[in-house]
Amino acid sequence: MTTMTYREAMREAIRQAMRADDRVFLMGEDVGRYGGSFGVSLGLLEEFGPERIRDTPLSESAFVGAGIGAALGGLRPIVEIMTVNFSLLALDQILNNAATLRHMSGGQFGVPLVIRMTTGGGRQLAAQHSHSLEGWYAHIPGLRVIAPATVADARGMLAAALDDPDPVLIFEHGGLYNVSGEVPDGDGRADLDRAVVRRPGRDVTVVAYGGTVGTALTAAQDLAHDGVDAEVIDLRTLRPLDDATVIGSVARTHRAVVVDEGWRSGSFAAEVSARIMEQAFYELDAPVGRVCTAEVPIPYARHLEEAALPQPSDVRTAVHEVVGHG
Amino acid sequence: MSKKSTVPPAAGASAHRLDLLREMVRIRRFEERCVELYSAARIRGFLHLYIGEEAVAAGVMSALTPADAVVSTYREHGHALARGIPPGAVMAEMFGKAAGCSRGRGGSMHLFDATTRFYGGNAIVGGGLPVAVGLALADAMLGRPVVTACFFGDGAVAEGEFHETLNLAALWRLPVLFCCENNLYAMGTAIERAQAVTDLAKRAASYGVAADTVDGMDVLAVEDAARAAVAAVRSGTGPRFLELLTYRFRAHSMYDPDRYRDKAEIARWRQRDPITLLTGRMRDDGELPDDTLQELEAAVAAEIDAAVAFADEAAEEPVGDLTRFVLAERSGS
Ligand SMILES: Cc1ncc(C[n+]2csc(CCOP(=O)(O)OP(=O)(O)O)c2C)c(N)n1
Repeated sequence: MTTMTYREAMREAIRQAMRADDRVFLMGEDVGRYGGSFGVSLGLLEEFGPERIRDTPLSESAFVGAGIGAALGGLRPIVEIMTVNFSLLALDQILNNAATLRHMSGGQFGVPLVIRMTTGGGRQLAAQHSHSLEGWYAHIPGLRVIAPATVADARGMLAAALDDPDPVLIFEHGGLYNVSGEVPDGDGRADLDRAVVRRPGRDVTVVAYGGTVGTALTAAQDLAHDGVDAEVIDLRTLRPLDDATVIGSVARTHRAVVVDEGWRSGSFAAEVSARIMEQAFYELDAPVGRVCTAEVPIPYARHLEEAALPQPSDVRTAVHEVVGHG
Repeated sequence: MSKKSTVPPAAGASAHRLDLLREMVRIRRFEERCVELYSAARIRGFLHLYIGEEAVAAGVMSALTPADAVVSTYREHGHALARGIPPGAVMAEMFGKAAGCSRGRGGSMHLFDATTRFYGGNAIVGGGLPVAVGLALADAMLGRPVVTACFFGDGAVAEGEFHETLNLAALWRLPVLFCCENNLYAMGTAIERAQAVTDLAKRAASYGVAADTVDGMDVLAVEDAARAAVAAVRSGTGPRFLELLTYRFRAHSMYDPDRYRDKAEIARWRQRDPITLLTGRMRDDGELPDDTLQELEAAVAAEIDAAVAFADEAAEEPVGDLTRFVLAERSGS
C-alpha cells in the first residue's frame, strides 16, 4: 500500500503505461511544459520527451480526431481535454468517428483511444467550467464511459482503460485531484465492467459515481447517526452500466436514492432509476429518489453554487423521504 | 482486385494511359449502373455520384502505394474503386448485404476496407481531416514511410476542422496529402457564396502548407501533381495540399433537383469531360485504336455485371447480428 493523491495516481498510471508500451503517448493542451492544467502530467515531459508528451494547439476537434486516427494507425493515444465543457468542440469526432467507426466499418476498424477530461463543479468556476455532461456521453453506443471515484480507481481504471480495444472516456471530477488515498501495490488494474459497494448497509441503496460518491458516503455517516443504515454503491462505469450490482442491492434494501451531479431532466440518474423500476419494481417499498443539480447553469457565487449542487444534506433529506415512506 | 499501376509512367506511357482511362471508365460505368439500381429501388439512402470527377480519383490513387492510407468522404465510390476495393464488395454494400465492404452497416456513404487501408466513407463534412492527421501521426511516430491521402470538397474548407487540421499537420510536419476536390458547389451553394477567399490553395498556403492548384479534369495533370506531392510528403517535408478543379456533372445527390446551376455552365464543363479529354489525347497520339476502346468498355461492362450479380446473390446480414461491432468482440464472452 502507498498513499498518494488522485492526481498522482493518474500520473502514475500514465507513467507506468508509457514505460510498459512504446505505443502509448499523451496529447492535449498544456500537457507538456505546463504539466497539465490540473497538474496530472507534471514531470512526464522530462521523462518521456515532447514526442510522447505532446502539447497541442487549442484545437479540440483536431487533436481528438488525431487521437482517433493515431489509434487506427496502431498507437495507444491518451488524449486530455481540459474539461468536459470544451469537449463539446470535439463532440463530432467523439460521436461521429470514435464511437461509430467500428460499426460503420463492419468490425474492420477499432479505435483504442483513451480520452481524459475533468468534470463537475464546486470550485466557483461558473457555468462554462463546471458542468457534468458524462451522462450525455453515456448515451452513446460504441463508447465506454468511466468515472473513477477513489485514488485506487484513478490508477487502476486508467490502466484498464488503456487495455480496452474501444474508445474509453474517463471523467475525473475536479474536486478529487487533491484527495489522498491508498493505492495497492502492483498494477491494481480495475474491472471496468463492475460497480462496487463502497459501504454496506441494510436500509437504503444510495447510488453514486465519480464526485458524488464522497457526497453519498458523507451523507451515509450522518444517516448512521439518525439510525439509518445506508448502502453506498459506486457505479464506476456509466456505460456499459452494471445494473446487476444495483438491482442486487435494492433487492436487499428495498429503497433507493440516486445521486448525480447532472441536471435532473434527462439525467443519468433518470436512467438508473428507470432500470430499478424495470427490474426491481416489486422489491421497492418507496419510489426511487433522486438528488441532482438544480436546473440552472452553475452560478459563480459560493452560496448559489452550493445550493445548485448535490450536497450531503440533500442526500440525507432524500433518504429520509424514501425511508419514511410506507 | 483492380490493376493498380504503381509503376512510374515512363515504363510504358501508352499502357499506363490506358490504365488511367480504364480506371475512369470503371468508375463512370459503375455509377451509371448505380443510377439505374437506385431508380429500381435496389439502392436506397443518399447516393452521391462522382460522375465528372473521375480524373481526381484515378490520378491521385495512381500516385499511391498499397501501404499508404486513404481517408474519404460520402462521395467516395470513385476513390474506393480506384483504390482497389472490389466493385462487388462496394455494390454489395449499397445493397446492404453481408458481403458489402462494411457488412451492410455503412451503405454508399461509409465504404471501408482494411485491406486497402481505406478509412471511409465519412459523411460529416470535414470530419475525416483530423483522422487523416492522426493516421499520419501514427506513421510518423512508428517510422513508417507512409502517406495518408485525405479527400474532401470545397465546402469542407469553411469548417473549423479544416483550419485546425492544416495548422496541426503543418506544425508537426505530418505526411498528409490534402486533396481538395473543388467542384465549385457545396450542395446548392456556389463557392463564391460561401468562401470569402475562393483561392483555396492560397488558404492552405497561409498555414505553411505547400499548395498547388491543378486541372482536375486532366487525369495526367492530376497524376503528375499527385506524384510530385506524394514524393515531397514521403521525403519528410510535411503535408501538401492540392486543389483539384473539377465539376460534378450530376446533381449533389439523387434527391437534388439541381435548380441552382444553369444549363450552359454544365454544358461548358461537359466539354471538358475527363474521359473524353484523355481518349482524345490518346487518339491524337495514335495510342487508342477503336477496337481497344471497345474491348475496354466490354471488359468494364462485364466487371460491373459480375459485381451486380455478386451483390444480388449475396446473403443479408442476419438481424441477430444487429448489435455486433459496437464494441470489440472478446473471445470467450
Ligand atoms: C458537418 C456537415 N454539415 C452539413 C452537411 C450536409 N452536407 C452534405 S454534403 C454537403 C456539401 C459539401 O460540399 P463539398 O464539401 O464541396 O463536397 P461535394 O459534395 O461538393 O463533393 C453538405 C452541406 C454534412 N454532411 N455535414
